[in-house]
Amino acid sequence: MRPVAVIGIGKTAFGAFPDRDLRSLAVEAGQKCMEDADVSPSKIEAFYLGNFAGPSFVGQNHLAPYIAGAMGITGVPATRFEAACASSGSAFFHAVSAVGAGLYDLVLVGGVEKMTSQTTPKVTEILAGAGDMLGEGRAGATFPALFAMIARRHMYQYGTTREMLAAVAVKNHANGAKNPQAHMRKVITMEQALAGKPIADPLTVYDCSLISDGAAAVLIAPLDRAAEFTKKAVKVLGIAQTSDHVALDEKDDITTFRAVKAAGEKAYKMAGVSPQDIQFAEVHDCFTIAEIIATEDLGFVEKGRGGPYALEGCTALRGPRPINTSGGLKSKGHPVGATGVAQICDVAMQLRGEAGERQLDRHSLGLAQNLGGSGATAVVTILGVQA
Amino acid sequence: MTSPGPGTVYTETVIYAAPEQFVADAPYQLAIISLDSGHRLTARLAGERVQIGDKVDFAEFRDGIPFFRKKA
Repeated sequence: MRPVAVIGIGKTAFGAFPDRDLRSLAVEAGQKCMEDADVSPSKIEAFYLGNFAGPSFVGQNHLAPYIAGAMGITGVPATRFEAACASSGSAFFHAVSAVGAGLYDLVLVGGVEKMTSQTTPKVTEILAGAGDMLGEGRAGATFPALFAMIARRHMYQYGTTREMLAAVAVKNHANGAKNPQAHMRKVITMEQALAGKPIADPLTVYDCSLISDGAAAVLIAPLDRAAEFTKKAVKVLGIAQTSDHVALDEKDDITTFRAVKAAGEKAYKMAGVSPQDIQFAEVHDCFTIAEIIATEDLGFVEKGRGGPYALEGCTALRGPRPINTSGGLKSKGHPVGATGVAQICDVAMQLRGEAGERQLDRHSLGLAQNLGGSGATAVVTILGVQA
Repeated sequence: MTSPGPGTVYTETVIYAAPEQFVADAPYQLAIISLDSGHRLTARLAGERVQIGDKVDFAEFRDGIPFFRKKA
């Protein structure tokens, strides 16, 4: 495969935007991205879109050409990818594969979700459709409930505590408060996080990511052409997508995401780096327990030690391995179809030295991990620039 | 539908924020049961709350949803 680079990035702010429709969000992100690389829509050779549930949230199908056309992109393949919360991570993986294989040079990858026009019970119902609707869904499982059951088992097997979960929320809110594009720019205390309204025991509202509107986009090209468009090319050093059973009750051990481990191992091998080389990461903290498990599955810390790792501040902005300097899904927001590409943007911003007051000192090698459902899809991407 | 038989609680939660069709039931307990027959099953709990490791018996199907009850 020929090497691929991210040559442009663009994001909308994440939040609840009653006056914005799905298409206008996606178009804003795409246009910002093309402006970033100074590439006109007529040069785009394919459009890959990640979107989880536009048809259910806003009643619109056929989304990829609908959005591409509004950006002035026609006459090329425009396709939507759906993989629950990993929809745009999956779109990115397939776009990189196509450019890597030599099918295209300039490909725009977008991700979008418009969630806040529905009531919370309706959103909960739509999200539950990312699980097994003949089994867990029919029995009344929600996504918070699936991750609550994962958390309970992790607590039982490894002694993980409520404080360790809350430490993830406190840290991600502290980071998000410094991110001008974050949905909830609010610092919270450990006491607040522990006293949150219960959603699904042991998870409270502070353990859950946000219901958000938003979009993100990246432009990719072969590495050997990147210099034509940007001085700030970000190399895709390693990337992998893997799958597992959709239903939680079909997984042998629910305290680990087998798909994440497998994707991580493949991506590390492709990049020729080890977990300990990764300086910082954006991981999929749809729930606080998911970030703890991600740090274990990605090999940053041994199995069962993810809770203490978070509580001891190892993943804080100025800690030894900062995780979710954007604020993560918890504070930045989680418009599900946008999240995977937004993570690529956030890692790229750190690598390009554009993260403002959240900028890290060491920023030449970062990782993004995107999770779909309760672990049925995982995408891990390793990105880097010359140190 | 045939009874899935007895089992052991593998993990559990109590749901407060329910999806639209189950709002009237909340809060309710959901669990993954490791059945004695070898499979795992996601089910609801009737009666007393259960914890990981508790032995449970199958109680009934309600609208196709399996309900278990803590072993007496």
